[in-house]
Amino acid sequence: MTILIQFAIGLLFGLGLIVSGMSNPAKVLNFLDLAGVASGTWDASLAFVMAGAVAVTFVGFRYILKLAHPLFTQRFYVPTRSDIDRKIIVGPAIFGIGWGLAGFCPGPALTALGFGSTSAFIFVLAMCAGMIIARVIAQLPSSTRVAAPVHPLES
Amino acid sequence: MIATPFTPIASLLGGLLIGLSAVLLMWATGRIAGISGIAARLFPPYEDRELSGRLAFVVGLIAAPVLVRLVTGSMPEQTIAAGTPILVAAGLLTGFGAVWGAGCTSGHGVCGLSRLSVRSLVATVTFMATGIATVYVMRHWS
Repeated sequence: MTILIQFAIGLLFGLGLIVSGMSNPAKVLNFLDLAGVASGTWDASLAFVMAGAVAVTFVGFRYILKLAHPLFTQRFYVPTRSDIDRKIIVGPAIFGIGWGLAGFCPGPALTALGFGSTSAFIFVLAMCAGMIIARVIAQLPSSTRVAAPVHPLES
Repeated sequence: MIATPFTPIASLLGGLLIGLSAVLLMWATGRIAGISGIAARLFPPYEDRELSGRLAFVVGLIAAPVLVRLVTGSMPEQTIAAGTPILVAAGLLTGFGAVWGAGCTSGHGVCGLSRLSVRSLVATVTFMATGIATVYVMRHWS
């Protein structure tokens, strides 16, 4: 039952990516291309995707997180850290470079698999490799990591 | 580059669906709809017993264009300009960076911002900045 519900929620997310145009890398790159503001090719659409998604989650999370527990699990797993360490800057900086190179971030890339495109398949394979590499490095013992985060992959 | 039309209504509507999906996932499983976190946890080491749920979510993501095709009769528009070497580099960087920074566009950019998380705000500003810089270099430095 919960499997079916999670499938449906994933499907809804994927439909959102498609309807919004986020599943089209050309649209993403045209949004990130600020030089296009002057030349008239800038596509501001993705700001509307962000606005719509944040508006719903901003209101929705407020209600949901007041519940005693989620429908199918014992507790909520919401990140609580607020410290700004090096990883929270270095990771997204690297992520942004990859995003800007191809116009794919993880959600649209996975959804793109369903389009049957070879390019998306190559990207997703490399993305999974990158994820595994990061997880392996994060697991390595390090003298600088006195206290390991509870959830190294918290969001 | 290929010009794309400005689609504020469709994009806003799609954004609402993405937000609704994230709220439903929180309601059902108590988890943040961070796609990189969900995808990365498909691989070992496993910290919990929710692999099947994550797999179902990802299968749902992949099924979305198939459903759209079944309903509308055609695939939605998608243009991938990058060649294989760029795709491989982009994939590696995106995957590594998302795990290293504990989130991506969905986890930090949507769920984190709406929870007013300072870490997610820093992450979102950072990946937007390097994304913009990268596109600038790729398109206008020649």
